[in-house]
Amino acid sequence: MTEQINVVAQEVPGFTRAELEQAGVLLSSVEGLYNWARGGSVWPLTFGLACCAIEMIASATSRFDIARFGSEVFRPSPRQADLMIVSGTVTKKMAPQVVRIYNQMPEPKWVIAMGACAISGGPFKQGYNVLKGIDRYLPVDVYLPGCPPRPEAVLQALNYLQEKILNIRIEQDPAFTAGRRQYPVPRFTGTDLEPPYNPEVWRPPANPNTEPARPKKAATA
Amino acid sequence: MSAAAATAAASYSLVRQPAMETGLLEVSMGPHHPSTHGVFRMDVRLDGETVVALKPVFGYLHRNHEKLAEGMSYLASMPFTDRLDYFNSMTNNWAYALAAEQLLPIEVPERAQYLRVIMAELTRLVNHTSLVGFFLNDLGALGTPLLYAFRERERILDLFEQASGARMMCNYFRFGGLRCDVPEGWLARARAVVDAFPRFLDEFEKLLCENEIVLARTQRVGVLSGAQAVNAGITGPMLRASGVNYDLRKVDRYGIYERFAFRVPLGSAGDCYDRFMIRLLEMRESLKILDAALRDIPTGPVMGNAPRVFKPAASETYGRVESPKGELGFYLIADGTTKPYRYRVRPPSFINLTVLEDLCVGHTIADAVVILGSVDIVLGEVDR
Repeated sequence: MTEQINVVAQEVPGFTRAELEQAGVLLSSVEGLYNWARGGSVWPLTFGLACCAIEMIASATSRFDIARFGSEVFRPSPRQADLMIVSGTVTKKMAPQVVRIYNQMPEPKWVIAMGACAISGGPFKQGYNVLKGIDRYLPVDVYLPGCPPRPEAVLQALNYLQEKILNIRIEQDPAFTAGRRQYPVPRFTGTDLEPPYNPEVWRPPANPNTEPARPKKAATA
Repeated sequence: MSAAAATAAASYSLVRQPAMETGLLEVSMGPHHPSTHGVFRMDVRLDGETVVALKPVFGYLHRNHEKLAEGMSYLASMPFTDRLDYFNSMTNNWAYALAAEQLLPIEVPERAQYLRVIMAELTRLVNHTSLVGFFLNDLGALGTPLLYAFRERERILDLFEQASGARMMCNYFRFGGLRCDVPEGWLARARAVVDAFPRFLDEFEKLLCENEIVLARTQRVGVLSGAQAVNAGITGPMLRASGVNYDLRKVDRYGIYERFAFRVPLGSAGDCYDRFMIRLLEMRESLKILDAALRDIPTGPVMGNAPRVFKPAASETYGRVESPKGELGFYLIADGTTKPYRYRVRPPSFINLTVLEDLCVGHTIADAVVILGSVDIVLGEVDR
């Protein structure tokens, strides 16, 4: 937003934005105003998965008070929510439901992957029933590490998200251009998820074992 | 059968008259539902608003805790026990440490015993305040009681953080003692929290216990008889609300609980109101224990002579504690290596959940939410 307002502010010759603000003149593009308003009222989904959900609730209570950042309206229905905080371990049985709930949210929508489990599977990564990161199926905006993250960290993640929202270019951002983003719901086969990831949003990291082999050294000199 | 259940059953037979045949409605509540306390699903069959059948569906948070524990050393499972019932990491730690200390006897120093009791009872306060807050949330009192509860919870979590370094996942117990002593001044701060707590309880009870809506929604709802509770293996506050005097702190006298004078509150009706009240009363008793423990705690080491490598001989053991939700037990089979051959958790909230259908049938769907809230489940423990 700062950037855009500066562009506008340059059209008033001889004044900087700060000087104009001091004189009581606020200049903004419609986009800047829209993003500012939207960033100040992000409504999260009431959606707890595991341990992290308790810290998410704690961030809404008196001491941390997420209402200071305009996000105290936790909505149980995905139809009324802007932000999905994936708070906790996503198991293979739960992953299809998480994607389905995301699909039901209206645009613009954002995702915070809260906690080590939602990011990568965390301490339970070695297990047979835990999804190794929700970013395999959904586009994640903010990764919030911790096990579980403190409520202050939830607030910081929200601040990062607000910063991201402030810098959205409406005519380019997929939240506004691509219609309602819906991703294919994986199928839980009883042992695994099919497909194992959504190639649209996630690609497996390069595997050094499958890269072209380096020329071999000559046998013992 | 209680009066309300009898009325419900009577009206049910009325609806089932052949001339007024109606279809049953099947509702799948959850896994994403604000009143199911996590990712729990109830497949409910409804006749009008009355619950005819209820099938709990588990496994949405199955994190293979037991299987993972079989692949790692005994001590490495300790942080995983924190995440079983994520409200009560300290009592989970204690149950596991207790089981392991039976495999390979290690003397626990006096100060550590006292600190264990203090931590366990503080955990009970955290669990019961939060539970009452969530329970009232389920009743429709959105926010206020929960905010009060979490305000107090934060004060206790501060103590946990100062002692162990973490708010929720404390990982504070070790086989033969505790990881570290509490910092200087901690006991005085704990004393201040404990002394201020009764005022909060008075306020809470004044707010809730005689509230007309709470009485109307919870009394004679979800009645569990003592005999049924015993047959189903129910433990903890839920069992005592049905009038059965069974508290492992009195029965097993693990740790140093025999040194403290406290009473075991019992319910009489076994309904949701009793289950709610028993938690408030238990907090008063916990405060008595805390009061005595903080007064009598000696100085000294907090760690016994534990071997550097925990390698018990082939044997099996079962260690259990009275966790705030009931009997939490760990069953370990050692095979002479540094890893357990079998590691099994007896989760209280999972077993307490088995009577859910019996409690809910005949009540309305709105009451099913209240009954589930009064059972006090945590899905990390139910599914493991």
